[in-house]
Amino acid sequence: MPEGTLCNRKPIQTEADLKRLLSDTGGKEYYRQMKELDIDSDALWNTIQKTCKSRIRTWLEICAHCGMCADSCFIYLVNDRDPTQVPAYKIQSTLGEVIKRKGRVNNAFMHMAMETAWAKCTCCNRCGMYCPHGIDMGVMFGYLRGLLYSQGFVPWELKIGAGMHRVYRAQMDVTEEDWVETCEWMVSENEEELPGLSIPVDKENADILYTVNAREVKHYPEDLAEAAILFHIAGENWTVTSKGWEQTSLAMFAGDWEACKLQVNGVYDAMERLKPKRMIGTECGHAHRATVVEGPYWAGRKDGLPPVKCMHYVEWVAEALRTGKLKIDPAKRIKEPVTIQDSCNYIRNHGLKDITREIVSYIVEPGYFVDMTPNREHNYCCGGGGGFNGISLYRHQRNRALMTKRDQIMSTGASLVIAPCHNCWDAIRDLEEEYKIGIRWSFLKPLLIKMVEIPEHLLPTE
Amino acid sequence: MYEMLTGPFFWISMLVFWIGLLVRAILYIRGLDWQLDRVAYRAHPKIGAKFALRSIGFWLLPFGTQGWKKQPYMTVAFFLFHVGAVLVPLFLIAHNIFLENKIGFSLFTMDQGVADFLTWAVILGTILLILRRIALPEVRILTTAYDYMILVISVAPFITGLIARYHIGDYHFWLMVHIFCGELLLILTPFTKLSHIILFFMSRAQLGMDYGIKRGGMKGEGMAW
Ligand code: HEM
Ligand code: HEM
Ligand code: SF4
Ligand code: SF4
Repeated sequence: MPEGTLCNRKPIQTEADLKRLLSDTGGKEYYRQMKELDIDSDALWNTIQKTCKSRIRTWLEICAHCGMCADSCFIYLVNDRDPTQVPAYKIQSTLGEVIKRKGRVNNAFMHMAMETAWAKCTCCNRCGMYCPHGIDMGVMFGYLRGLLYSQGFVPWELKIGAGMHRVYRAQMDVTEEDWVETCEWMVSENEEELPGLSIPVDKENADILYTVNAREVKHYPEDLAEAAILFHIAGENWTVTSKGWEQTSLAMFAGDWEACKLQVNGVYDAMERLKPKRMIGTECGHAHRATVVEGPYWAGRKDGLPPVKCMHYVEWVAEALRTGKLKIDPAKRIKEPVTIQDSCNYIRNHGLKDITREIVSYIVEPGYFVDMTPNREHNYCCGGGGGFNGISLYRHQRNRALMTKRDQIMSTGASLVIAPCHNCWDAIRDLEEEYKIGIRWSFLKPLLIKMVEIPEHLLPTE
Repeated sequence: MYEMLTGPFFWISMLVFWIGLLVRAILYIRGLDWQLDRVAYRAHPKIGAKFALRSIGFWLLPFGTQGWKKQPYMTVAFFLFHVGAVLVPLFLIAHNIFLENKIGFSLFTMDQGVADFLTWAVILGTILLILRRIALPEVRILTTAYDYMILVISVAPFITGLIARYHIGDYHFWLMVHIFCGELLLILTPFTKLSHIILFFMSRAQLGMDYGIKRGGMKGEGMAW
């Protein structure tokens, strides 16, 4: 069969397509069709010739096969040092092989490559720091994902995820109306305690444009309320946008570069329309990576920067604590062994390692913070990055990968893990569910809400 | 035979090596694409250059990076091999006398004792690298016959050079074998993995710029490597 009705080389374009794929529970039929999907070798080779340039070709060619990258990869370590999990081996046997064979590969090969790209690598980019030649396997796996996606070999959930961005400009089926209504609902839920609380929509020239993760809107709207409360307490002049409010990009995990571009363009349009001084995104790592770090390139911005200055939520929190816009009640600081999860996407890949430690210095009673080993830009992936969390086909492999973070957390002795990233937060929740090590985990917002001092004039007058 | 090796073949090997490496460098740079690589190379030259130099510099320092620190055996093997591999051919007295006679030009030379020592270090380094390839499963799975071939091609001039140096056996014969091996290495370099002699600098500079320009360099917190 050349192409299936569900599993094919065409991206999802309409809501009807999306619904059809969603109704195939667990992707059963989708994966059955994938077994028969043909490879368009000419198109594959064509794409490679156009897009695989000197950087990746040189990496593949000069790799000394020295194996220094092996120990840097947590998936290799956690799988009892299985040699087939060595980063250089994983990439040479997939991307290296496709190029060697000029795209003439078969269905079984593509299945193997798909599993390698999504279940043996989370694109955490740690290996690139340990290779003497500076070969970054995470970057290459990202590229390989794009090739696989273009041939229809992509896990079911990510085909859907990319489709969501194409249809709704959000990773979930949250419409503009749903979003604005959720904002209003969250205000009405909280304005009794905090009169004057508001979530301004489409206000021009605000100091801050706040963008979110659609999951918050759909599943944890209280996160949005907490953000509003903290901005309110800090006295920020802020706004959200009715269009282009979603910061995440499952399209990036899927390797659907066209959808990536559509998605960030929506956010950049909002920046250009509302002209905020800066954009601040929620506590999500990959969303920051997509919109702030990689996005400018998808959108074709030559300076590599988004239209306005963009910050991760942790940068805003650190700033607000530093400048005293947010004041912590010292009596309410965290007084239990606590650690922090360094998200690859903004720590290793956007240099914010000291910012999160600065926050810790304000909100944790001295003596209670314990760093994981390794930490900062050398930290291991949470175990669920790069889309790994969401792919049911590879749940077994993902659960194994979680053991790294489980052991890292256990050896700190912490009972609370601060996880200012949705992916990390999910991974830590899942590892607690799977391995029951007796920890709690939290975003920053709920912790801050519990300990922040509310200025007198903002409290309700009896 | 000697005339052939020190005449036309000498010139051919020199030209192929230097022009070859230059061409590889140019092709590398021309093949960079700011949008596909997602690094705005041109937009931020200062921070780019700074991080490119850091990325190269720290990796040229024994134990200068986390990567080297984590793998002491590899670090020792690598530097034993590479210090001599780079310095001896350039600064050996015999080579520079040869150059002086040939083209009336020579470089700074190193003490003969140092050269001998470094050459032995190259050979020891090679043995350590080979042992590592055999002993460690994570290296074995990557290793191909090509990797051994590159090692043999690389070490051959050092072994034969030493044999000639100590006048073991027929000096003239071994000197010819040495020159042949040396020229073979030079000629093959641009067409094999040995092109890393220049591409190492390109690749490291690229990743340095990537981290400097895009992945956090502008946050003012240096990358430790
Ligand atoms: C400035 C020049 C050079 C630099 C920066 C450099 C750098 C490197 C690096 C980073 C590696 C990978 C790590 C490893 O596997 O050891 C490597 C491997 C290697 N290099 Fe070089 N190199 C240079 C010159 C040379 C020269 C002149 C030769 C040959 C005479 C050479 C022969 C090799 C070989 C054979 C390997 C593979 C070693 C192995 O089997 O593990 N290199 N080089
Ligand atoms: C291109 C043509 C080359 C010529 C004409 C040449 C010539 C020579 C000569 C005349 C000697 C001295 C032998 C003696 O002591 O009597 C020598 C030694 C040596 N050469 Fe070369 N060589 C060449 C290429 C190379 C290359 C490419 C390498 C290494 C990559 C190399 C490495 C050595 C070493 C290691 C020694 C011995 C060092 C010692 O004295 O301890 N040579 N070479
Ligand atoms: S560390 Fe770098 S050169 Fe060595 S095997 Fe891994 S990717 Fe190749
Ligand atoms: S990017 Fe991370 S997960 Fe992927 S191979 Fe490298 S170290 Fe392993």
